[in-house]
Amino acid sequence: MCLGIPGEVIELLEQPDLARVDVSGVRRVINIGLLADDPPAPGEWVLIHVGFALSKIDESEAAAALSFLEGIGQSYADELEALAESRIE
Amino acid sequence: MRFVDEFRDADKAHALSAKIAALCEPGRQYKFMEVCGGHTHTIYKHGLEDYLPESITLVHGPGCPVCVIPMGRVDDAMHLAAQDDVIMTSFGDMMRVPGSQGSFFDAKAAGTDIRMVYSPLDSLKIARNNPDQRVVFMAIGFETTAPSTAMTIMRAAAEGLENFSVFCNHVTIIPAIKAILDSPDLRLDGFIGPGHVSTVIGCRPYEFIARDYGKPVVVAGFEPLDILQSIYMLMVQLSEHRSEVENQYSRVVPWDGNPVALKVIGETMQLRPYFEWRGLGFISHSALSVREQYAKFDAELLFDVPGVRVADPKACQCGEVLKGVLKPWECKVFGTACTPETPIGTCMVSPEGACAAYYNFGRMNRNRVAEVTIGSRP
Ligand code: SF4
Repeated sequence: MCLGIPGEVIELLEQPDLARVDVSGVRRVINIGLLADDPPAPGEWVLIHVGFALSKIDESEAAAALSFLEGIGQSYADELEALAESRIE
Repeated sequence: MRFVDEFRDADKAHALSAKIAALCEPGRQYKFMEVCGGHTHTIYKHGLEDYLPESITLVHGPGCPVCVIPMGRVDDAMHLAAQDDVIMTSFGDMMRVPGSQGSFFDAKAAGTDIRMVYSPLDSLKIARNNPDQRVVFMAIGFETTAPSTAMTIMRAAAEGLENFSVFCNHVTIIPAIKAILDSPDLRLDGFIGPGHVSTVIGCRPYEFIARDYGKPVVVAGFEPLDILQSIYMLMVQLSEHRSEVENQYSRVVPWDGNPVALKVIGETMQLRPYFEWRGLGFISHSALSVREQYAKFDAELLFDVPGVRVADPKACQCGEVLKGVLKPWECKVFGTACTPETPIGTCMVSPEGACAAYYNFGRMNRNRVAEVTIGSRP
């Protein structure tokens, strides 16, 4: 849960503060309310902590963060599995 | 992965390593603390210590939120979980943290309703779907997760949910750093500041370290070159007799942090007068509790929480490891009685814990294996 995982915003949902993101191929809904000052648009990348986007990042940072996580191995696999189980609404 | 190569380029790493070595004053020893467990991970995984001259030592700090939860709080959470009408919800990382009566996993195996969630918002959903039961969220983490709990509490309030509450164990990083600075055990020359926590709190809160303690701080990213670059920046400051806060990770960390996140934390939570940290003891103003206005969502008020203090197991030297006084393999039970599968201390539980990071990656290098084997002999 301490890992910041990068996700690409796919679409903004009707409900306030929610967006669909793609994280390593897993598509789930997250909350983007913490970026209310500068909300992300589809195609932009965000760093996600426990279902909330905490900061916007650029694509190269996303790639770096991803490779860091892939290097971590099991705990990233666990995090992705947890994300896949998540049903934020 | 063209992008990543930028952060991994071996030539650049060697160039930085030479520049760092050139700044070392002969005969002087340097100790830098990396506060964040994510950094510890990168350092071990990439063997960064091999890029540093022998006079520079990296010590691992307390920045692993799972590692600092004391046994008593785990016991309290287990007590809540054991109530008939309660569904306890927790991040996966917390499941194996040992309390005096075992872990969440053990309790779950014995039939207690404890569910793993990815996000506090998933707990909220469980509460909506189970109106006849009371759903408690085991909230842990530094400032990176506190805003998520805060937003969830606000959402529960907006929806008028009656059966959701938070057992709040959020901790704040600054008082822990201060406790380490004030501890006589350790003389540090500077800090590699945590990356993700700083996306929320920004760089300003570290200014007292530079100003009052005369130690440089460089907030760093997680790639190997980020960390080498940060060590270089620390060395430059020392060689110029400066102590300032610098941001190596400005591509992610804004100097002022995330104002919305800080605002929602402030709206829903307040500083506790003191809180116990595993291994570090009581630290004043180092943790958050739910504010009165949101008392309906505070499990500590809704339930009767025993709040018993439990001493850490005797064999456990996590406190020394969390303070950076001991290296993980110097703990007597490291890798023998204490492994990620059967953790005695919390530093072995979370992948960000120094002991787990070292256990998982330290073995890649032959010298390290020797150190580990020698170090773990009683
Ligand atoms: S080896 Fe185990 S008991 Fe020793 S410091 Fe690490 S986590 Fe704690």
